[in-house]
Amino acid sequence: MANTNDSLTSVIELGNTEHESVVNQKRMAKRKLYDKLFYRLCQSTILLALVTLVILVVHIIISGVSWLSLDFFTNFTSRFAEQAGIKAAIMGSMWVLVLTAAFAIPLGVSAAIFLEEYAPKKKWVEWIQINIGNLAGMPSIVYGLVGLTVFVRYLNFERSLLAGSLTLALLVLPIIIISSQEAIKAVPLSLREAAYALGAKKWQVVFLQVLPAALPGILTGVILSISRAIGETAPLIVIGALSFVAFTPASIWDEFTVLPIQIYNWASKPQEEFHQLAAAAIIVLLVLLFAMNFLAIYLRQKYQRYKL
Amino acid sequence: MKNIKNLFIEKSIHLFLLISVSITILTTLAVIVLLGKESIAFFSEVSIISFLFGTNWSPLIEPQSFGVLPLVCGTMWIVFGSVIFAVPVGLLVAVYLSEYASDKVKSFLKPILELLAGIPTVVYGYFALTFITPLMKWFNPEIEVFNAASGAIVVGIMILPMIASLCDDAFSAVPSSIKQGGYALGANTFEVIKDILIPATKSRIGAATVLAVSRAIGETMAVTLAAGATARLTGDPFGSIQTMTAYIVQVTMGDAPAGGVEYLSSFAVGTLLFLMTLVMNIIGNQWVFKSRIRVV
Repeated sequence: MANTNDSLTSVIELGNTEHESVVNQKRMAKRKLYDKLFYRLCQSTILLALVTLVILVVHIIISGVSWLSLDFFTNFTSRFAEQAGIKAAIMGSMWVLVLTAAFAIPLGVSAAIFLEEYAPKKKWVEWIQINIGNLAGMPSIVYGLVGLTVFVRYLNFERSLLAGSLTLALLVLPIIIISSQEAIKAVPLSLREAAYALGAKKWQVVFLQVLPAALPGILTGVILSISRAIGETAPLIVIGALSFVAFTPASIWDEFTVLPIQIYNWASKPQEEFHQLAAAAIIVLLVLLFAMNFLAIYLRQKYQRYKL
Repeated sequence: MKNIKNLFIEKSIHLFLLISVSITILTTLAVIVLLGKESIAFFSEVSIISFLFGTNWSPLIEPQSFGVLPLVCGTMWIVFGSVIFAVPVGLLVAVYLSEYASDKVKSFLKPILELLAGIPTVVYGYFALTFITPLMKWFNPEIEVFNAASGAIVVGIMILPMIASLCDDAFSAVPSSIKQGGYALGANTFEVIKDILIPATKSRIGAATVLAVSRAIGETMAVTLAAGATARLTGDPFGSIQTMTAYIVQVTMGDAPAGGVEYLSSFAVGTLLFLMTLVMNIIGNQWVFKSRIRVV
């Protein structure tokens, strides 16, 4: 706080003796210099962050782009880099995307509706809220351990798509709940009151008025959460998804692999060619994720009527 | 009749919603019960004292030894290395976004931050292994291929967007009247930031740091790829280490038989990991919550 006082006194002391005004000028110059230096510091930090992102993307594109061919998409993985592809991984990722969304979205959105519209203002609801916050921050690998015991061992789903998707659904559930809650919170009270005034029942207000109004916001959150699930590796490795799969899964009971696991597998091999294959698979994964991100941002900017 | 129907709809909807919420409670219970159960099975074979305070971790090689400190040491290298530069950089990025950037620049930078936050951790691991490590080796060829510093740098890049957006949230919660008061007294932008903005948000900056630490503790794939699989108590950040998370990956990737002591050890490590992040998250969320009430 000392410096504010400094700057205050220097303002008040304006117009004193000559000696003091020289001191003041020096102090002013110093303050201006700090101000400018700090601005430059912030600017260069931002620049540094952007440059890092550019290096990351360019490095991956340069390493991987020459491996992107039609064969890369239609071949299964192989011991020989030239013949290896991501068919099993990309099909696995698609299955996981659909299944995880099918499990997590209905549960997540309903839980958010309950907490925002139905829950009484009681201590236990507050505890549930704190619990959801902590679940959202739990390391993904711990979800893997839970999935391994519950789905793979107790329920005997083996290393199937079903076990993997359920694990990922648990992982994204708290994120979906929190983001949907934000979207529902943003719907103004007046909308609800108007509907009640017209004689609507509670469920009609919630499902025919509030939910449609909050839908763009909910969708944005849902897409971002599901894209998180698509990039997730650790929990699937823990439940035992395989890295060498030479078939596309045909049902939810089949074993599977996904893009991130394939990338991990290739990246952890010592040969340079496999690193390049990993880069090619990363390009595919990032295109998929960035597309989902852009869709989410677009939806938010175009349709969101109510902002918190 | 119509009333009964309405009542029925209302009640069944209420029930369904309540069931959805209870899944979150069940998840927490499952975590606590299952991790607890497997850990108790583990501690019936290995004493809890030698687990927590042992300095030798060699679960896969005879003679087996389960002292967890080398893994904790590996995790701490990653945490300190990443947080020490990600917090100042994230803070400066947030300051730039909230105090300097025009709306146009902001609407360009914010989605980029979100994009950066959405990149999967395995991609960062690949980046560390094929770019950061070779770059470090170019400066000093003696550095090992798998090393803690490379992992820490990449984890720092990973948690940066999270720190920046938490700090940005904190800054935008500061009423602009306070800042304008500062300007009216003749302070310049730097002074307003240093003497008003940062002091007013320091508990939330602290919260952001704590949550970032928790993220770094739980980070798995990047450190598995970049930092290696040598559990050791070391003071050398340029050597290979193993984090708690990387150990769980290593054990579950191999075919450790269910119920065996190696298998159980991954749950004991998982429990420790869970408790560490839980404490961090509770502290962090509490700070965010408290300061929210005070500022607004």
